[in-house]
Amino acid sequence: MNNWSPTILTRVMLGVAVFLSAFPLYWMLVIASRTNADAVAMPPPLLPGGNLGENILAVINHEDAKFLLGLTNSFIVATTVTVSVVIISTLAGFSFANLNFKGRNLLLVLVLLTMAVPLQQMGVVPLYRLMVSLEWTGTLKAVILPYLLNGFGVFLMTQYTRQAVPMELVEAARVDGAATLRIWWNVVLPAVRPGMAVLGINTFMLMWNDFMWPLIVLNADNPTVQIAITNLNARFSTNYTLIFAGTALSIIPLVAVFVVFGRQIVGGLMEGAVKA
Amino acid sequence: MSLDTLPRATRSSHRRGRPPGRRWRSRLDVKAMPYALVSPYFILFAAFGLFPLAFTLYYSLYDYDLAGTTEWAGLDNYTALLGDEDFWRAVINTIGMFVIATVPQMLLALFLANALNKRFKLRLAIRMSVLLPLVTSVVAVAVVFTQLFARDWGLVNWILSWFGMDALNWRAERIPSWIAIATMVDWRWTGYNAIIFLAGMQTIPRDLYEAAAIDGASRRRQFWQITLPMLRPTMIFVVLNSTIGGLTLFSEPTTFYNGNVDGGSQGQFQTVAMFIVKEGFREFDYGYAAAAAWLLFLLILIGAAINFLFVRRIGGTR
Repeated sequence: MNNWSPTILTRVMLGVAVFLSAFPLYWMLVIASRTNADAVAMPPPLLPGGNLGENILAVINHEDAKFLLGLTNSFIVATTVTVSVVIISTLAGFSFANLNFKGRNLLLVLVLLTMAVPLQQMGVVPLYRLMVSLEWTGTLKAVILPYLLNGFGVFLMTQYTRQAVPMELVEAARVDGAATLRIWWNVVLPAVRPGMAVLGINTFMLMWNDFMWPLIVLNADNPTVQIAITNLNARFSTNYTLIFAGTALSIIPLVAVFVVFGRQIVGGLMEGAVKA
Repeated sequence: MSLDTLPRATRSSHRRGRPPGRRWRSRLDVKAMPYALVSPYFILFAAFGLFPLAFTLYYSLYDYDLAGTTEWAGLDNYTALLGDEDFWRAVINTIGMFVIATVPQMLLALFLANALNKRFKLRLAIRMSVLLPLVTSVVAVAVVFTQLFARDWGLVNWILSWFGMDALNWRAERIPSWIAIATMVDWRWTGYNAIIFLAGMQTIPRDLYEAAAIDGASRRRQFWQITLPMLRPTMIFVVLNSTIGGLTLFSEPTTFYNGNVDGGSQGQFQTVAMFIVKEGFREFDYGYAAAAAWLLFLLILIGAAINFLFVRRIGGTR
């Protein structure tokens, strides 16, 4: 049915979907580039104005908001977690997909079970107490540590490796005398690079968006970018232009990732869904 | 696939005349390495998954107060929660927003996926643009929607005024606040779910449709009788995902109230996740918050089971 050509109704529906998907982002740009008087005008302005640069500078230079620190912190957190999750997941995925060992299936089922538990909400109290007793609250360590592992990542890389790296390839390398870690580095990693990209993008987005845990464990003086937006929101609750300039700043890395990897994101999502 | 790195591994080893020490090492490598490779995950899981889960159970059986004293409470936290109006209000809010958000979202995503499955120009570009909401930061989105739903100068009320409707105070009243928050959730996730459905649709064998067409089944009938039933596994995946996400909702309603976890002046949009954070980290009643976390888990299990049974019935075999 791929070669059905769309009816008028379908075309209209797709048009509406694209419009609705893009509009709030466009709206963000409209308000972020206006003055506050425009932002509260009725009827609202529908076209961007000329104050974008000025508003963004005001956000960056505002001492209380700590917006640049928030951006930097989020970048550190998201990058560290992404690297850790990708390494742990490719190692475990290779082991589950290509190596034989006792208890393999049981361990894989355990990984699947851990995916079903909303750890973030369930474990929040003891994790917080743990960070308090380590005296890590308010630091990025406290944000990063609970996220270094990710059951979904292990599952995804297991599925991906199974499909991308045939057993014969691993066995051939083994016969040639390559040790397991060497096989992982020389044979597996090059073959699963697309899967790593999807997992990496996913993890980065997830961490960039994380809100509840940093809100609990950090303080306003050392925010991630999402907490910095909340700071803006609380401090300038009527100054929409500044808040919107901040939110616009906060999505730049994600939009950049999307522009570069958009095709892979669509492909990766579709592949992951079919295999799950 | 890149096989080009393989010969290097070959060259670096000498199969014949390996010294005994190397043989022993390579046996150890084969036996032990698989465990070593999966162990980072399980070690970290023990520390940051299992430990918190076990301790959540432990904390939930104790009574903590601001002064720092701790007392065994048994199931008191749980019974108190079941009699706590605020907790029930949070439960109702969570379920209400979940239902308001999920039902239209699933329908829209299905029809959108069906539309995206056709051949047309700019197909990749359109598929990408329905994912645009997903790659935007949640809090940023919630901020924008909060402004769109503002009472006095929000775009939504302005549009409603074209139809002669009075401005709604979206944040002050219960149902309107649910609708506003559900809209944020749907905006973010409908396109994502549509892409997942689309993936499922593309695995359905085409001859099914051809056979149905020969038998004279209309396109609409094909959608209901072939596409939907064949999509059931994908639908289970999507619905379970949305159940966990929907019942742990936090960012959108919190942002809707300037980052405050009270969920409005009367808690009209406080979710269970917000309730947990409020009890644990504003009232410092760790035991109460931990008990609420377990009840939330129970709620998710019940929700997942109901949805699972419901999806299994869709277009079931007769």
